[in-house]
Amino acid sequence: MTMSDGHGSLAARPAREATTGVNTGRRRGRRGEQPVVPDTQFTSYYGKPIINGPVWKSPDIPAYLFLGGLAGGSSLLAAGAQLTGRGRLAAVTKVGAFGAITLSLGALVHDLGRPARFLNMLRVFKPTSPMNMGSWLLAGYGPLAGGAAASAVTGKLPKAGAAATAGAALTGPAVAAYTAALVSDTAVPAWHDGHRELPYVFVGSGAAGAAGLGLLGARQGEESPARNLALFGTALELAAFKRMEKRLGMVAEPYRAGRAGLLVRAGETLAAAGAAGSVLGRRSRVARLLSGAALLAGSACTKWGVFEAGLTSAEDPKYTVVPQRERLLRQNHAGGGEAQRGNPAVPQSG
Amino acid sequence: MTTAREATDPAAESGYTDHPPRMGFFTDTTVCIGCKACEVACKEWNAVPADGLDLTGMSYDNTVGLGANTWRHVAFIEQRKPLAAQDPGLHHDTDVLAMAEHGSATQPPEAGMTPTTPGSGDDFRWLMASDVCKHCTHAACLDVCPTGSLFRTEFGTVVVQEDICNGCGYCIPACPYGVIDQRPDDGRAWKCTLCYDRLGEGMEPACAKACPTDSIQFGPLDELRERAQQRVRQLHEAGVGEARLYGDDPDDGVGGDGAFFLLLDEPEVYGFPPDPVVTTRDLPSMWRHVGAAAATLLAGAAAAFLGAGKGR
Ligand code: SF4
Ligand code: SF4
Repeated sequence: MTMSDGHGSLAARPAREATTGVNTGRRRGRRGEQPVVPDTQFTSYYGKPIINGPVWKSPDIPAYLFLGGLAGGSSLLAAGAQLTGRGRLAAVTKVGAFGAITLSLGALVHDLGRPARFLNMLRVFKPTSPMNMGSWLLAGYGPLAGGAAASAVTGKLPKAGAAATAGAALTGPAVAAYTAALVSDTAVPAWHDGHRELPYVFVGSGAAGAAGLGLLGARQGEESPARNLALFGTALELAAFKRMEKRLGMVAEPYRAGRAGLLVRAGETLAAAGAAGSVLGRRSRVARLLSGAALLAGSACTKWGVFEAGLTSAEDPKYTVVPQRERLLRQNHAGGGEAQRGNPAVPQSG
Repeated sequence: MTTAREATDPAAESGYTDHPPRMGFFTDTTVCIGCKACEVACKEWNAVPADGLDLTGMSYDNTVGLGANTWRHVAFIEQRKPLAAQDPGLHHDTDVLAMAEHGSATQPPEAGMTPTTPGSGDDFRWLMASDVCKHCTHAACLDVCPTGSLFRTEFGTVVVQEDICNGCGYCIPACPYGVIDQRPDDGRAWKCTLCYDRLGEGMEPACAKACPTDSIQFGPLDELRERAQQRVRQLHEAGVGEARLYGDDPDDGVGGDGAFFLLLDEPEVYGFPPDPVVTTRDLPSMWRHVGAAAATLLAGAAAAFLGAGKGR
């Protein structure tokens, strides 16, 4: 017996031929047909979301995003500080990187529906899954950061410690950046559509956070690389964010509205204040500490804001429907072709 | 525009060599009567837990949408549009009172008539549609699953292995249709399996079996696509100009759905995305930008130290 038995020919199933919806009788033309709604007008099914929003919990996942960036940036500061003989800065950032990545991993595992099955992440190697790639990356980076920190704290095995520090510095940038692909590789409009700029926002924010840690922990006189990194990270983050909002149009709304908007604004303000304070107050220890704290808090707020904006954009069907409608409209104009159907040959973004 | 290409064979792409034809659903919403037999049959067969009773006020839809505990969902849409009016075959010149005098002695040719006159009230139509996992050709849920829990079957369908899923939740926002979801008490992700267990036994899925009007048709996807084209042609000839297929096109953003639909209005009216695209289509670009951003960070950090000079 084949699978299609019992679903036979058309003639055998008259019900399939019922012309439901056909008005064979008198047509009622009294009301005058309303013009068809313009294609960009937004309709939905009772205002329900089209996609199922992320079930990722706050603060687990925002913390995971923030701590990953902090760890990656700190490993870079650590390596540079070690090379240039800034001992205290190196030690603080090494310990900070390991602490951050440990907490980050903890947050991720805590967020799992089945934490005991965490290691299933490593049962395959799957480049189409940023979470899988991230797990492998953390499996490599974690021990390196741990080795660097252990050697710095105990003073034992300095050669191995230096090698681990170098390894962590080389993998650290990827740790700070890959979480952007992680959130972008979803159907969440504010995340997916921002996939070109989010990696820069994330590394910028990570650098600023790490610089904040450096400013807090450095010995007086050691801190100028941290200050430079704060300027670089903040400038990169703010510029990339601006660019993203400009390109996204209405899909960027959630980044500026409500709770998410508040967090994003707080993140930007704290980062700018921290970076400025570290420069202007360079002679004052208090200003340095305050700036460091502001940078750290700013980095956390930015990641949190991006996370919340994603949730908002998933919740409201307009962010899913309107851009897709506009894309279809553009294609129909461009192709002069048949309406109603998408054409993947025209990429929505690159 | 792309030229029509060989339809992707997802099972073959996943490494099956000698595999059965790709199986799927064709859901013809024009004959759906909203009985929800599919919802019930699915719950029964798959032992899907109850998810409470909620009166939503959304017409007859108290199920709201697909999720971990709803693998078939019947949507109800009430519209001020003409067209649902079928010609009941009444003869308005018939004297119903005279007929009523016949009492139960109505002559056989007249039987089946009702004494009610069809009102000429406002335009109204009721759309019903049974939604389900699309078993995409390019399935985002499957692509992003970090554990390999989601896999492609030999029938070309997409199934979660519940003994492997660790509840990371990645598949949930990845699906462009809002199909798969997490069971909060259980932590894992669940969705329609296209009755993988029944298919293996040569049986059709429970929902298709239960559907009394054949609104849900199950079979080899090629055959279904052909039949659907024919059905649309038939409806167009009958004057139903807005009949259209949704998800049947192998050139769409997900490479075509294994479960596709015949609709009478725009997809978003039914809660479908109008132009879904598998998120992983942009993944190469994402990785490129991630790589460039990581390099930028590395360069920025190097510059931070070079700019600081030695010792300060
Ligand atoms: S509809 Fe969603 S859950 Fe179903 S196969 Fe496609 S991506 Fe996966
Ligand atoms: S929740 Fe389960 S099925 Fe979904 S992506 Fe994670 S491991 Fe895969």
